Amino acid sequence: MIIKQISIFVENKKGRLAEITETIAKSGANIRALSIADTTDFGILRIIVDKADDAAATLKEAGITVSVTNVIAIGIDDTPGAFSVPMRILSDAGIDVEYMYAFITRKSEKAYVILRVADNDTAAKVLMDKGVELLDEEGFHSLM
Amino acid sequence: MKHQIWNKEMECMKRSDLKALQLERLKALVDYCDKNSKFYHERFEKNGITADKIKTLSDIQYIPYTTKDDLRDTYPFGMLSVPQKKIVRVHASSGTTGNPTVVAYTREDLDNWAEQVARLVYAAGTTDESIVQICFGYGMFTGALGLHYGLERIGATVVPTSSGNTEKQLKFMRDFGTDTIVATPSYCLYLAESARERGIEFPMDSYKLKTGLLGSEGCTPEMRKQIEESWGNGFFCTDNYGMSELNGPGMSGECMMRDGLHINEDHFLCEIIDPKTGEVLPEGSEGEMVVTNLTKRGLPILRYRTKDITKINYEPCECGRTTARMHKIIGRSDDMLKIRGVNVFPSQVESALIGINSISPHYQLVVRREGFADNLEVRVELIDASLLEKYSELENLRKNIHDRIKNILGIEIKVSLVEPKTIERFTGKAQRVLDLRNK
Repeated sequence: MIIKQISIFVENKKGRLAEITETIAKSGANIRALSIADTTDFGILRIIVDKADDAAATLKEAGITVSVTNVIAIGIDDTPGAFSVPMRILSDAGIDVEYMYAFITRKSEKAYVILRVADNDTAAKVLMDKGVELLDEEGFHSLM
Repeated sequence: MKHQIWNKEMECMKRSDLKALQLERLKALVDYCDKNSKFYHERFEKNGITADKIKTLSDIQYIPYTTKDDLRDTYPFGMLSVPQKKIVRVHASSGTTGNPTVVAYTREDLDNWAEQVARLVYAAGTTDESIVQICFGYGMFTGALGLHYGLERIGATVVPTSSGNTEKQLKFMRDFGTDTIVATPSYCLYLAESARERGIEFPMDSYKLKTGLLGSEGCTPEMRKQIEESWGNGFFCTDNYGMSELNGPGMSGECMMRDGLHINEDHFLCEIIDPKTGEVLPEGSEGEMVVTNLTKRGLPILRYRTKDITKINYEPCECGRTTARMHKIIGRSDDMLKIRGVNVFPSQVESALIGINSISPHYQLVVRREGFADNLEVRVELIDASLLEKYSELENLRKNIHDRIKNILGIEIKVSLVEPKTIERFTGKAQRVLDLRNK
């Protein structure tokens, strides 16, 4: 129930995002979801792609600081209050969320959230026990 | 702590007697140069200087400075003050840019040089019982032969292995029972690490190394600690200083107190000046060191601008010596930056960055004028991708670097994390400063 995510260190300078995404394009990987957060000097670009290892290797070769980490992805109903349910479950289990970002697809009525937590396995277990939908790599990419 | 002094008469002289001796030698030197050195004779004539004009030590200020360019312009033998047949040895600096600088020695010069070095190595704990391996490259460079003759002078057993061939260096160290090493700090550390790598075959206790006489490049306290821990077994190293223009190693060196480098003041008269204006600064000030070699005759040099920034402490030392002590070189006047009135050297920033593994060894200083204030930005390359998971870790890294540098420099700075390989690489001397204040 784990999905690979790529984190990329991006300096805040003109054209840098274009260069980095061009490098990802060169690896032939397709971006499925992304998030970027920034401070005044630098940002961290986080992406989920269909070929995570290829993309990471190409980025590394280009001298970019990049890491591959495991995250979890959950599906939630498109109704008011639906997102609060998994949040409450994690909170009750004492699991902190480091960051998250959401996306939707054309193939499903649901909304999806990528979650980065300290302990993926425990988080996945408590969420599934309470009936929350978790995606594995295959399930995730079949949505696209 | 046991302190041993090679030449008590000269090293523990009353300061007033020492100053009288320096004055007497300075007058003799000026007179000698006037009569024997074409170069200085012309300079003196132009500036109206004669030996009679030197009545106190501060009268040295009438004499213009000598620079590296003077030596280059007179390459190779234009500054000789004796016929070539009186010269018994020649050395030269590397000369990475333009002509090398050539220095030449009479027999008397070599004798003085050996005496100067003898004092420093003796102060650092070396004796006639010591077995000393000299891992400086022999050749035109003054380091190896300078230490060589000084060590022979005190009666040590000299092993002139020269530089390189780590395997053989370590073998001789084990087989001969070498207890003292002469090397650059970086090579000394490299040898220690290489010795550890071979620890299974030859454990560290197969080495008797106790003393390191390090020189020819700077050594921060952090690096010294690393070298000493790496050799272990109570390995203790001292720093010594000199430059080929002033003989070579032998001008100054640390005693066992390691609280400044004792200057052989009966041979060297040192001044501290403002590198920008050339003005002589009061005792105790920090600035560029200017040195007159009082006893050199083959190729005399008066008021040589070393470009090295330091300060001199004239207080007597606990070791018993009365000679002044110069602070470890703080930086080079060519890359000194003045920011909000504070002197800043790239080397200080470098020492703050040692041991931080999340960044590459490359860094850059950018100075900007914003409004009426000068701002310093230190750019470092992030190489540790594992920090990308938490902003707080990147911020902690930045704060740690910021605090370390601010502690050393004493001014507020900004630290920027940049991508790997974005700071320019240099094959020769690194150009670490980008000063945009007047752009």
